[in-house]
Amino acid sequence: MSNEIEAIKDPGLPAHKLRQTDVDPKAAARAEQQVAILFLLSALSTVLFIFSYFFISTETFIFIPLMGEQNAHQLFLGLGLAFSLLFIGLGAVHWAKTLMPDQEVIAHRHEFRSSDSDREDFVKTAKEGAAAAGLGRRSLIKRTLGLAVGLVGVSPIFLLRDLGPTPGDELKTTSWKAGSRLVTDPGDRPIRPEDLEIGSVAQTLPELAPGKDHHSLNDIAKDAVLLIRLRPEEFNLDAERLSWTYEGIIAFSKICSHMGCAVALYEQSTKHLLCPCHQSTFDVTRAAKVIFGPAARPLPQLAITVDEEGYLVAQAPFNEPVGPSFWGRSK
Amino acid sequence: MRSLSRYRRHRAVAPLLLIFALLGIGTTFQVAGAATTSPMTAEERTAAIEEGKEIFLRGCSSCHGLNAEGGAIAPSLIGVGAASVDFQVATGRMPMADMSQQAMRKTPIYNDEEVAALAAYVASLAPGPEIPSEEMLNYERDGEIAEGGELFRTNCAMCHNFAGQGGALTQGKYAPSVMGVKPVHIYEAMITGPQSMPVFSDKTLTPKEKLSIIKWIKAAEKEPQLGGVALGRVGPVTEGLLVWTLGLGLLIGIAVWLAAKAK
Amino acid sequence: MSARERIAGNVANYVDERTGAAAWMKKNLQKVFPDHWSFMLGEIALYSFVILLLSGTFLTFWFDPSMREVVYEGSYEPLKGLEMSAAYASALDISFEVRGGLLMRQIHHWSALIFMAAIVVHLLRVFFTGAFRKPREFNWIIGVGLLTLGIVEGFLGYSLPDDLLSGTGIRIAEAILQAIPLVGSYLSYFLFGGVFPGVTFIPRIYTLHILIIPGIFLALITVHLMLVWYQKHTQYPGPGRTEKNVVGYPLMPVYMAKAGGFFFIVFGVTAFLGAVASINPIWLYGPYTPGQISAGSQPDWYMGWLDGLVRMAPPIEPVIFGYTLSLNILIPGLIIPGILFTGMALYPFIEQWITGDKREHHLLDRPRNAPNRTALGAMALTFMLIALINGGNDLIATNFDLSINQIMWFSRIGIIVLPPIAFIVTKRLCLSLQRADRELVLHGRETGRLVMMPSGEFVEVHEPISPEKAWLLTQHEQNAPLQLEEKDARGVRRPGLLKSKLRKRFAIAHAEQVAKPTVEDLKEIEHH
Repeated sequence: MSNEIEAIKDPGLPAHKLRQTDVDPKAAARAEQQVAILFLLSALSTVLFIFSYFFISTETFIFIPLMGEQNAHQLFLGLGLAFSLLFIGLGAVHWAKTLMPDQEVIAHRHEFRSSDSDREDFVKTAKEGAAAAGLGRRSLIKRTLGLAVGLVGVSPIFLLRDLGPTPGDELKTTSWKAGSRLVTDPGDRPIRPEDLEIGSVAQTLPELAPGKDHHSLNDIAKDAVLLIRLRPEEFNLDAERLSWTYEGIIAFSKICSHMGCAVALYEQSTKHLLCPCHQSTFDVTRAAKVIFGPAARPLPQLAITVDEEGYLVAQAPFNEPVGPSFWGRSK
Repeated sequence: MRSLSRYRRHRAVAPLLLIFALLGIGTTFQVAGAATTSPMTAEERTAAIEEGKEIFLRGCSSCHGLNAEGGAIAPSLIGVGAASVDFQVATGRMPMADMSQQAMRKTPIYNDEEVAALAAYVASLAPGPEIPSEEMLNYERDGEIAEGGELFRTNCAMCHNFAGQGGALTQGKYAPSVMGVKPVHIYEAMITGPQSMPVFSDKTLTPKEKLSIIKWIKAAEKEPQLGGVALGRVGPVTEGLLVWTLGLGLLIGIAVWLAAKAK
Repeated sequence: MSARERIAGNVANYVDERTGAAAWMKKNLQKVFPDHWSFMLGEIALYSFVILLLSGTFLTFWFDPSMREVVYEGSYEPLKGLEMSAAYASALDISFEVRGGLLMRQIHHWSALIFMAAIVVHLLRVFFTGAFRKPREFNWIIGVGLLTLGIVEGFLGYSLPDDLLSGTGIRIAEAILQAIPLVGSYLSYFLFGGVFPGVTFIPRIYTLHILIIPGIFLALITVHLMLVWYQKHTQYPGPGRTEKNVVGYPLMPVYMAKAGGFFFIVFGVTAFLGAVASINPIWLYGPYTPGQISAGSQPDWYMGWLDGLVRMAPPIEPVIFGYTLSLNILIPGLIIPGILFTGMALYPFIEQWITGDKREHHLLDRPRNAPNRTALGAMALTFMLIALINGGNDLIATNFDLSINQIMWFSRIGIIVLPPIAFIVTKRLCLSLQRADRELVLHGRETGRLVMMPSGEFVEVHEPISPEKAWLLTQHEQNAPLQLEEKDARGVRRPGLLKSKLRKRFAIAHAEQVAKPTVEDLKEIEHH
């Protein structure tokens, strides 16, 4: 503490300076007029608001410099509302600043701590109350009450159990089966290898099960597959993975192995797939090996071949769960 | 907005569709000529190829090789087709000004005739995707706007963004904005896969579907700003920027005025 | 007495006889509030909350929080005939079929962004001026709670329209949930009622978004304000302002007019943004389906830093005893935010532990006079800013001709290297400013006037500063670091030596300062 050293003195609250509106009645009258004008502007803006609501059609467009073509209904309705509110506020503040007293006042703070006698009384009362209830002596009551309240508190959690089913194996399976045709998304047309030129991509889903007329979002979230055609010699795959491709056509799950976004951004020039969400980059020629970004696993590859009619089909289901990781993923 | 009802849905005319499907199946069309509606005669064609070869030797061969066979810094053009040449040259991407950068859209160096001649020359080297004719590009008649939007979001939005404003690719490459691009060039891009862009085959994305995409893009381009200044149509980043600058700036500015003593 | 006065008197009498409100009102109408622009920042947040309640209520009249599939038949042509959720279709209807609906949607969204921004700047003001010190620790914790809750509430609101962008956000939230060890996939299944996206998520978060969380907000804001009211506002140092008083304007009429007026101003500015600037144009995003994605899919700004952290995370995902541990998600998505927010909530207690200061503080610190705290704040801000920048790296890359890979590497390295540099630089800067203050008090203000001395040399004339200014620059306390005895009175070594050594080092660092001038220093100068 620097108490021993003499510090510079507090000169105290500076004297109150009078404003122009305090000394000059004309200035005060002017300020009053200004406040009134602000309030009037607000009223006018409300008229604009109501007018826009009823009389400007939602189909009217006007050109506003710097802003371009604008919807007149939305713009004037909004501006009417904005200015009707803004001018009330500006008027009130201007009024407070110029015409209400601006003499600063001093209030004193009190200490929050209760007085010693109050504290003692509180402790005494609390102790007496506890003693009167027998909290200290009747431990049987105390313990059973604790048990009862504790259980009551926990029980609502059980009620939440039916929020949803347990995952089971659902996270590890998709609709892909051996022989599922790959069909275009959208369009549901089966694809032949010769339909795809070198360097082309196709967004695909498994063909619809009989009786279904469209893909549910739940299915798309696991089934979406990206087909890419390269020159077969561009692949850098082991024999097994190479056998999962067909004449240079390779299929990957489109659901990112990081956080589940659709990884469909294929750069033909580099043969890289990029996820637009977190920028994980996968090398298509090396079975979607991660070469950049936060994803830790390659995209699952779907083994494909053609059926007797010459359409592309899955050789087998995915050999690993698609989409983001979870605790029991590798079990 | 009811004003958008001018995007009237034309029920596709079945016979026309059939013709387009047939055209789509054929890999080579004998219809040449970029913007011309009347097909060239054989002589005109030979002349165009000759002229194209000359332009090529002057302007392109230093990188792409004297016979368009490609070189160390540029790919072979044998088999890329007229569509590819038209896209690259007519949008000003080729010839490239700066090799270190991605070829970008700029004012084209060659006029329409020169581009047509170049395209005819490259197409004469080996068959490749042809320039779609105007008749094929009648997207107003043959496209479906809502379907186009769905296709755009599935096939294009991941690179070109939800409103076609473009986006980032890896290592400094980018997908350009598709706003203000001629329909023929959008179409050519889809069938040729320029630069980083993949090819969208006619079987997985039919010519009619391509027209739907073009129709949607053209509608997005013309769409008036429905809720005020569009802030680039790039999502929440510019919105956040505006809140921290204009929004909070205005409010803090007013707060400073509010707390300042009047004179 | 006029008729009007008589009626008012009768009403007041009626109420007071039943409540005794007059005594309480008398006292509180004279309540003093110090006036400073930075004290309005929390009010921006408060008023934005009111705007959110009003505009949000309007939206609920039309919004249908259901994931039932419908075919869109509204007036927006580019989506006509598409299958979508009822939630998305009704959000489109609010935008296009309800007059003023789009305006209200935009006001709601803009005010959510302003709400969060105002909370952050308010928090920064409180932090850098030391307003969180005793007796205001509770309010600091409530504030951190409100910030956290605001992020959650904002994210849920962003998710409700079920457009392509919000669905992508939900997908990422689901992945974070799934990454939680042991229970992650169960939590996700409970929340989504089964496999993602399911049909229950939107109705469930709707209840949270419009009922439970606003309810908690209301309760916490009430306590927050009651504490401000009861404890009285802090004030900036200056002549006449002490720890024992509060100098300002009475509630009635000045503060009431200013604060009430400011509510209308905040509402007006928000409505202005809603009128002139488009926000969340859901009709352009299209309905959500997991097979689609847009380039530049980003969250709202208050979650941008989280997205940025997730983007820059290294690809670590060990499989331990056959179980997958997604550290690439857990570290940026849960662990780092957890540490940051817990540390922030506990900071008043940490500082108290370091300084050993148990006294009440009602006078605010000038940030330069608490160099360690200011530097720590600058360090945290730098961290957040780099994370935020990386959250928009794709847009930065396309707009400034950079590569996302470069920005990512800059962020990865920068987030480790730059915050400590920011700490050191800020601390040095604070100490220099203290030195400048000292010079100013001792030697006065530089006038810019040059005078030629008899010897022929030129010197600049310094003018002494006003006593008010001198007081402002020297009023702060300069405490020596906390003294910690390694041995107690009987010469026995205290337990927890390492802890107390650490505390001592912190205390010394925290107390680093340039000695403020005293009257003795001034006298000495005069003698020369």
